[in-house]
Formats: sequence, structure tokens, C-alpha cells
Amino acid sequence: MMDLGPYSDFIWPAYAISALALLVTIAQSLAAWRAARKKIAALSK
Amino acid sequence: MFRYANPAVFMRLSSVLLPIFAVIAIVALAVGLVMGLRVPPDYQQGMTVLIMFVHVPAAIVAEIAYGAIAAASLVSLVWRHPLADTAARAAAPLGAVFTGLGLVTGMLWGRPMWGAYWVWDARLTSFLLLEFLFLGYIALWNAIEDETRAARACAILALVGAVNLPIIKFSVDWWNTLHQGESILSGKLAPVYLWPLLIMAAGYMALFAALWLLRIQTEILNRRARNLMQGP
Repeated sequence: MMDLGPYSDFIWPAYAISALALLVTIAQSLAAWRAARKKIAALSK
Repeated sequence: MFRYANPAVFMRLSSVLLPIFAVIAIVALAVGLVMGLRVPPDYQQGMTVLIMFVHVPAAIVAEIAYGAIAAASLVSLVWRHPLADTAARAAAPLGAVFTGLGLVTGMLWGRPMWGAYWVWDARLTSFLLLEFLFLGYIALWNAIEDETRAARACAILALVGAVNLPIIKFSVDWWNTLHQGESILSGKLAPVYLWPLLIMAAGYMALFAALWLLRIQTEILNRRARNLMQGP
């Protein structure tokens, strides 16, 4: 683990929260897109 | 411009652009992270300067997202183009996420530097207002059942709220704020911090662009599905 000095308790959470929020947003956007495509495919049959 | 705003043309064009933006985002974020985590401690802020690499790009993209909503809303109101409504609607949740990230990472930077997670200074307050504008925009879309009326009401809200963008930008010049002044364009930032910041910002912008296109495609597909369910 990198030594980030006395303020590592603020630096790591900033990166962790950013990574988590972006990953959740990507996953949610992809899931919604896939669901919409499935719906179209089912209705087009 | 309207040729590309045709839903069918948009779907084809965005299918080409989306992977390009996604690759740019992955490469830029990876390079930016590696460069950012190797910078020396700042003479004043120590290693808390690392928070800048996730805070500033999130704040920039949040403002771009609102600018995009306002521009799309103007097109929607003037030309009544349905894809403009779709584009504006698709950008709002992304804007809310990036604004939230700007607020949270800013609080985590503020505590060690200012001794407080939050102060009611002009920059922080106007940025918090931006989050409320995104949330209000999303809530208004969901509150009105008729899509045409919802789009018009949201477009008006977005355009009125756009006055907050210059307030956010110039708040540090117009008022005495605890938040530091502009340091990228003014050349006050040392190159060792500037380059990772610019690369991270490019990564965040490319990620926003990719997600925005994906969400517009989703809205178009959902609209098609509703039309198919209603029948001819």
C-alpha cells in the first residue's frame, strides 16, 4: 500500500467512492441498455 | 445537424462513436491514475493534492453535463426536436452522479485542508444547487405523465437553472471564498500536477460521452418498445 502520509484516511476514500460510483453507473447504464434491447427483440418476434 | 439527430442515423453513428469514447476513457483513466499516484507531495497540501485528480474532473464533467442539458433543452423548445428531449433526459442522471462525486470528494479534500467538511461559501453552495437542479430535473420528468408536457417543463427548468453555471465558474472571483481560485487556465498549477489532471479530465469526459450515448440509445429503444406495444 502506498504511504500517503497523515491524510490517507481522506485520500483513499475519495478514490474508492469515485471508483465505486463510476462502476455502478456503468453497470446500471449497461443493464438498462441490455434490457431495452431484449424488450425490442421480444416485441419484434 | 438535424440529419444526425434522426433516431435511426443517431443509432448508427453512436454505435461507432461509443466504443471509441469507451477506449479513450479506459486508456486516459489508466494513464492518469498511474501518473497521478506518482506525483510528489505539494509544498502546501502534501499528498492531499491527489484528491484533485478525482475531484476536479468530476466537477468539470458535472458542469458539462448541465450545459449539455441546457443546450438540448434550447433545441427542444425552439425546434421541438424529440431527440433533444431524449438527449437532455439521458444526461441528467449522469450529471447528478458526477456532481455528487464532486461534492463528496471536495468534502474529503476540504476536511484536512480547511478543517471542515463543509462551508457555505459561494462555490460550494452554487455547486450544491447544481445537484438539486439535476435531482429536480429528474423528479419533474418522472412527475408528469404526458411526455410532451414533461419535456417542455423540464426544458424550461433546465434553461432557468443554466444561470447557475456562470455563478459556479466565477463564484471564486466575485466573492471571498474558502475554495481556491481557478488554477488550470491561469497557469498556476505546476506541470507535474497539471498533466495527470488534464489526462484524468479527458478520461472523465470520454466516459461521460460514452455513457451519455449509451443512455440515449436506451431511451430510443424504450421509446420504440412503447410504440410497438401500442401497435399501429
